[in-house]
Amino acid sequence: MTAYLLRRLGTSIVVLIGISIFIYLLLHAIYPSPARDVLGLRASSAAVDAWNKQYGYDRPVIEQYLSYMNGLIHGNLGYSYAENQTVGSLLQERVARSAYLSGMALLIAILVALPLGIFQAVKRNSLGDNIATSLAFILYSMPSFALGLILIQVFALSFPLLSFEASQSTSLPTVIADWRAMLLPILTLALIQVASFSRYMRSSSIDVLAQDYIKVARAKGLPERLVLMRHMVRNASLPMITLIGLSLPNLLAGNLVTEYLFNYQGLGLLFYDSLGKADYPVLLAYTLVGAVFVVLGNLVADIALTMADPRIRLA
Amino acid sequence: MAGNHASLPPLDVGRAPEGGEVGAVQSGWRLALREFSSNRLAVVGVALLLFFVIFSFLGPLVYHANLLQANLIDAHDPPGAGHPVGTDINGFDVLGQLMKGGQDALEIGFFAALVAIVVGAMVGAVAGLAGGIVDTVLMRITDIFLSIPFLFVVLILAVKFGASVLSLSLVIGGFSWQVPARLVRGEVLTIRERDFVLAARTAGSGNWRLIRRHLLPNALGVMIVNVTFQVADAILAVAYVGFLGFGLHYPNIDWGDMLSDGSGYLTDGYWWLIWPVLTCIVLTVMALNFIGDALRDSLDVRLRRR
Repeated sequence: MTAYLLRRLGTSIVVLIGISIFIYLLLHAIYPSPARDVLGLRASSAAVDAWNKQYGYDRPVIEQYLSYMNGLIHGNLGYSYAENQTVGSLLQERVARSAYLSGMALLIAILVALPLGIFQAVKRNSLGDNIATSLAFILYSMPSFALGLILIQVFALSFPLLSFEASQSTSLPTVIADWRAMLLPILTLALIQVASFSRYMRSSSIDVLAQDYIKVARAKGLPERLVLMRHMVRNASLPMITLIGLSLPNLLAGNLVTEYLFNYQGLGLLFYDSLGKADYPVLLAYTLVGAVFVVLGNLVADIALTMADPRIRLA
Repeated sequence: MAGNHASLPPLDVGRAPEGGEVGAVQSGWRLALREFSSNRLAVVGVALLLFFVIFSFLGPLVYHANLLQANLIDAHDPPGAGHPVGTDINGFDVLGQLMKGGQDALEIGFFAALVAIVVGAMVGAVAGLAGGIVDTVLMRITDIFLSIPFLFVVLILAVKFGASVLSLSLVIGGFSWQVPARLVRGEVLTIRERDFVLAARTAGSGNWRLIRRHLLPNALGVMIVNVTFQVADAILAVAYVGFLGFGLHYPNIDWGDMLSDGSGYLTDGYWWLIWPVLTCIVLTVMALNFIGDALRDSLDVRLRRR
């Protein structure tokens, strides 16, 4: 098991280095130097060259990459000249709010999808299963903004129970307390995930139900409830650990669109605003942070699966 | 899917069909087609997709709409005579816009899927056949591109280089080859151990010929299924980019952009600017997902019920 974990860790490090190279090359290709942002559009090209020389933007690409890497290791994500602030502090201001939105959405998605998938597998081809499958198919084909618009129309306009705008407060406790404003964005993000989670949960539960140990449990006279609780749920949930890791890129994209739709002051909205300003240091830094988050999330998921599943542990 | 298989005609194995066609055993593709057409959702999917293709590409030949000149007198007219789906805030005809938007979405979808599958198949086939260090390097590169949030990069490149049918197709396709690469590699790893590959090698086939004539054709099933999902995902990606306001420009039309504009009038009751285009996006993507699922069920021998 240690050998497997070490190999898995090594792969992650290689992938992280690869990501940093890709992001740096992209940044270098579309935003070679911030000189124009610093000196202004009317600066002479001589002044730009001098600035580039002074701050090292005329060095070979490899040297520049190494100093970019050095900065990253020391927690320096770059500087946004459009905001006159370090990218790190820009992200830090908003990370808690986005983590709350996405974390709650992921939690709700799991809490809904696990029982739903098990129910669908146990009552296979029943009316309830068919309705849930159809709904999942529709949700799965729906961009999150379309779902958000439907939820806004129904729950904020037709029946004005909830707010169509997310909480605008910058303090996280206030945001959490304002659940009327936060419920729709969280649901929008959660329901899209439920669609894919429940489909996987259903098929993994069906696989488990066909296993011999379920037959044995039934044959020895265990009540069906205990067969499901003790023998099926835990085994059927194992693939979900991997699936949650794999769903992280979708979660980030959904977060971006949901924050835009509900005007929620998080990382996604920062990314959207930076797109409008063509603020490439912020855009690429957030892409990098997102990619690192995805790699670490998948690493944690694999380690968790190794812990949870003895069949992998022994292999 | 709960198809009704009792109604299927029995397989004519070892008996000549009445049509006079001599085919003792049906080929794998015929079996797959039979399985596919017996799947109700697949038939719905094909019908929906055909509808949208006809609607988008032949519709404008029959239904001539003004998409060129703003007409503020006829702005935000509700559906009625002359404008079956009403007009938008500039007086453009919504039905005509839906048709043009469908053209652009389907074109980008198919072209992006083509780019993704060609790149993915090449990467996967080379990695699977070569093995060793080449395989490791290619698969780590695949991992790297799988970890980078796809939508973020597409948006950054759309802002930098502008969005057109060509650029969006290339960017979306260029960042969607990872999954087909993994799938094709997996197929190639099993196919390359089979005897006919050894036979082809013995007969003097080079690597390139092996990939082209033996490995890729045998991985075709997996590739066809994946292309269907790729088209769906690309259409969704275009809609996302358009909804955020960085999509296609005049004279092209982006469904996501239409929906984004329309959503600003949610409280004004201009429902025809919102729900028709939303339905178009969802139904097109759903049709492709239905087809993809049914293709997977019918092409994968292990999932076939017969």
